[in-house]
Amino acid sequence: MNFLLGAFKPACNISITFTDGKNRKQVPIKKDNGQIVMNPLFQSQETIAGKIHIDPYQGKKVEHNGVKVELLGQIEMYFDRGNFYDFTSLVRELDVPGEIYERKTYPFEFSSVEMPYETYNGVNVRLKYVLKVTVTRGYAGSIVEYQDFVVRNYVPPPPINNSIKMEVGIEDCLHIEFEYNKSKYHLKDVILGKIYFLLVRIKIKNMDLEIRRRESTGAGANTHVETETLAKFELMDGAPVRGESIPVRVFLSPYDLTPTHTNINNKFSVKYYLNLVLVDEEDRRYFKQQEITLYRLKEEAS
Amino acid sequence: MRTLAGVEDEEKWLAEGIAGIQHNAFFMHRALDANNLREVLKYSALMLSELRTSKLSPQKYYDLYMRAFDQLRQLEIFFKDESRHGLPVVDLYELVQHAGNILPRMYLLCTVGSVYIKSKQAPSKDVLKDLVEMCRGVQHPIRGLFLRSYLAQVSRDKLPEIGSDYEGDANTVIDAVEFVLQNFTEMNKLWVRIQHQGPGTVREKQEKERNELRDLVGKNLHVLGQIEGVDLEMYKETVLPRVLEQVVNCKDKLAQYYLMECIIQVFPDEYHLQTLEALLAACTQLMPTVDTKIVLTQLMDRLSNYAASSPDVLHEFLQVEAFAKLSNAIGKVIDTQLEMPIVGAMTLFVSLLTFTLRVHPDRLDYVDQVLGACVVKLSSVPKLEDARAMKQVVALLSAPLEKYSDIVTALTLSNYPRVMDHLDDGTNKVMAMLIIQSIMKNDSCISTADKVEVLFELIKGLIKDLDGTNVEELDEEDFQEEQNSVARLIHMLDNEEPEEMLKIIYVVRKHLMTGGPQRLPFTVPPLVFSAVRLVRQLEAQGGDIAGEDVPATLRKIFQILNQTIEALSSVPCPELALRLYLQCAEAASDCDLEPVAYEFFTQAFILYEEEIADSKAQVTAIHLIVGTLQRINVFGVENRDTLTHKATGYSARLLKKPDQCRAVYACSHLFWVDDPEGIKDGERVLLCLRRALRIANAAQQMVNATRGSSGPVTLFVEILNKYLYFFEKGNPHITPSDIQSLIELINTEMLSDNGNTTIHSDPFFSSTLRYIRFQKQKGGLMGEKYDLIKL
Repeated sequence: MNFLLGAFKPACNISITFTDGKNRKQVPIKKDNGQIVMNPLFQSQETIAGKIHIDPYQGKKVEHNGVKVELLGQIEMYFDRGNFYDFTSLVRELDVPGEIYERKTYPFEFSSVEMPYETYNGVNVRLKYVLKVTVTRGYAGSIVEYQDFVVRNYVPPPPINNSIKMEVGIEDCLHIEFEYNKSKYHLKDVILGKIYFLLVRIKIKNMDLEIRRRESTGAGANTHVETETLAKFELMDGAPVRGESIPVRVFLSPYDLTPTHTNINNKFSVKYYLNLVLVDEEDRRYFKQQEITLYRLKEEAS
Repeated sequence: MRTLAGVEDEEKWLAEGIAGIQHNAFFMHRALDANNLREVLKYSALMLSELRTSKLSPQKYYDLYMRAFDQLRQLEIFFKDESRHGLPVVDLYELVQHAGNILPRMYLLCTVGSVYIKSKQAPSKDVLKDLVEMCRGVQHPIRGLFLRSYLAQVSRDKLPEIGSDYEGDANTVIDAVEFVLQNFTEMNKLWVRIQHQGPGTVREKQEKERNELRDLVGKNLHVLGQIEGVDLEMYKETVLPRVLEQVVNCKDKLAQYYLMECIIQVFPDEYHLQTLEALLAACTQLMPTVDTKIVLTQLMDRLSNYAASSPDVLHEFLQVEAFAKLSNAIGKVIDTQLEMPIVGAMTLFVSLLTFTLRVHPDRLDYVDQVLGACVVKLSSVPKLEDARAMKQVVALLSAPLEKYSDIVTALTLSNYPRVMDHLDDGTNKVMAMLIIQSIMKNDSCISTADKVEVLFELIKGLIKDLDGTNVEELDEEDFQEEQNSVARLIHMLDNEEPEEMLKIIYVVRKHLMTGGPQRLPFTVPPLVFSAVRLVRQLEAQGGDIAGEDVPATLRKIFQILNQTIEALSSVPCPELALRLYLQCAEAASDCDLEPVAYEFFTQAFILYEEEIADSKAQVTAIHLIVGTLQRINVFGVENRDTLTHKATGYSARLLKKPDQCRAVYACSHLFWVDDPEGIKDGERVLLCLRRALRIANAAQQMVNATRGSSGPVTLFVEILNKYLYFFEKGNPHITPSDIQSLIELINTEMLSDNGNTTIHSDPFFSSTLRYIRFQKQKGGLMGEKYDLIKL
């Protein structure tokens, strides 16, 4: 569960355990190297508490100028790799300068931490929370240990949740009216809807509903937008005729979605779109994109 | 899209598809064995993806579908067993919907859905509704049709029909019906849509393919017909209107025709009867190209059979006014479908008539109504030329004949002749012949003048030349047969009541007289004989009818007879007329109407004198005259003398001597009528015979003179026989010595003759002699008489 960071051999072994570590829910996180690791899950306003063990290697003593633990909320932009913008930074001093000869345990607690943003792993941006333990040393360089954890924030169902209904078309060619039952979906929600064909003059081969994620990073002239198609769900096979209505029922649970993020710390935004795509027999695509808001609904008893 | 690529290509694609299915099915089975749900879903979806092909024709696609279908059965068993996959079926129902491609997704959903219903964890109606709704996503006609037919198949035993496990609470038979109806509607839409795909050049191929697929659609109607608990009410209120709505709205010829056919075949007769209105209304709304007549014909056939099945149901027909509705509908169909060839309309009328005859055999007015409608239709088109249409009209007209074996019934149909008017002459004749044959076959007697009038109106094609008939085209044999039939028909007209019979004769005569010279020789004799029969009938009951009436009637009849026969003069056909005059004369004689009889004889003689020139005919005529005259006993002495005198005079003036001879000796009978009151003028008999002998003599001399050999010994022998006859009858003027001398004369003649003739005349003469001997030997009174003759 606890991993050692750092390639070089440190003078001591630092491990971090959470108070309720055994019961706390773990969620998988994909790391830079593609590995998937399980990290504990927290939400905003939770108290993050635990113990830090410093275990010098046999016979060694660790001299230090102090031990501290930091709780950092960081945003990492990939075009600016290695540079973290800390939007949250809390510090607890654990020890005054001195020497550690044997395993030493420090309890720590950050109570009711404000963690407004969710952990996010995007194409160009990453938002993560980390506990950073630093054993400060003068000449030999400090010994640092990180423990990632995941933050997810739950919101209540929005009070207003209108359906999306729209008529679109190409004149004298294709007119459709589509309706999605909501504009805001939680992550395990089901999109229900209908597509009415009001006019069909093209030979449609099939119709898909795509779920697209639009991640924009940076600001102003440096804005960088990346769009991914997370799901491609075939709604219809074959060519409908006028008057046909095609049911839409898409379960969101199989897809790797996050809530919609708007202007996180002025660094990035993540938006979701439903993209209705009609493909004709010449493989031309006709589409209409509609933004939806995703939110994380508190899961019951899980 | 599928192109017009060759069959080999299709075979190849099919093989590829099958291989794909088998490949994935293999992994699916492995996963099934391992109870690995994820893998099962993955490979089953892959397997079902093979069904997404667009390259196969319906037939080949069906092959592919069946292979997938078999695999889905295995899958269903797996889904049923929760212990194997560990998921509640409701979760499974969601899980399969995660599949990205719709076709595999829907097949899986249907499969799980059927398990879901079976588990009874959800009301079957909800699941069914969901399934049938979700299937809308597949809009490709062929794939959609097969998918929906899969749905129909897996749900068939899970419908909440009455008596099923799934019925009850919120699930009623209505839900089952709704489900099937909806599936049917969607399938039909898909089916109809096939025609709109691809270029027009493959239209024919598409039609063929669509035909192959039609049973998939029709299956739904079969299911509807089988659902337990669909009562008449529900059928009337829900099922039929919905089905018909779809049929009408799809505006597709093939579908409309097939589905109407299905409806008619699938649902019970009594339902049809009770919903006739709706059904017929739909028929009138079908596309003009739909062969509505076959549809209607089938419906009417079914209903007629139903009516025939049991007399108990007949009141239902009356109750719903089946006839009026059918009749209306047919009228509308014919009115609206302007392109329908006349033969189609006629076929419809035939069906309707058949229906009417079966269901309402007692309602002649209905029959007449049908014929009336037919007349209207026929009047609206130019003269019938289509042979098939003609055939139908003949069938139309024959139907009542067959049904009412009594032609009399048909005669009361006022529209019957009007329909016949529309036939061309040839067909008209055929029809007339049919009518006559029907009368003959059934031996039905037409007994009133009115009916006779109608009948003759019907068969007027035979009675007279119709306008525009090309006489030269007539086949002699056919013509004779026709006229013979008419002649036979005349004998079928009979009434016990003389008055009515007389009227009949008037009517018949009126018609026959229009027949023209060719027909008269055929038709006049039966008429004459018919009248003569009436005469005899009147005469026989002469005592019964009081007053002066009887002779008056008789006289009238004879007048007619006279006029009728006179008509033959225009033919001319004197021999026949002569015979008929003689017949009439005889009849008149029997009625004691001397002047009438005399008049007839006069006519006969005049004919003889003026018209009969042929010597052979003269001979025959003379013999007829003599024979008749001999039998007639009504004449007073004076008249008789005049007539006999004439007759003998004619006899003596015949051309050939032998003929003269024979006529003269025949005349001898005129003076000796062998009955108690008859005239017996032995002297004149003898005179005749002597005269005959003289002529025979002269004849022989003539022959001798011209040819050197003689034949007329025969004449002598014949005269001898006459002598013997009168001798036997006791004519006092015929003496044994006369006979003896005649025998000697013959002997002499024979001796003087050459051998040839001897041999020739021997048998007759010798048998005559043998007769004389025999009489002698027999003894008794006759024997004594003969004894006086010495041989």
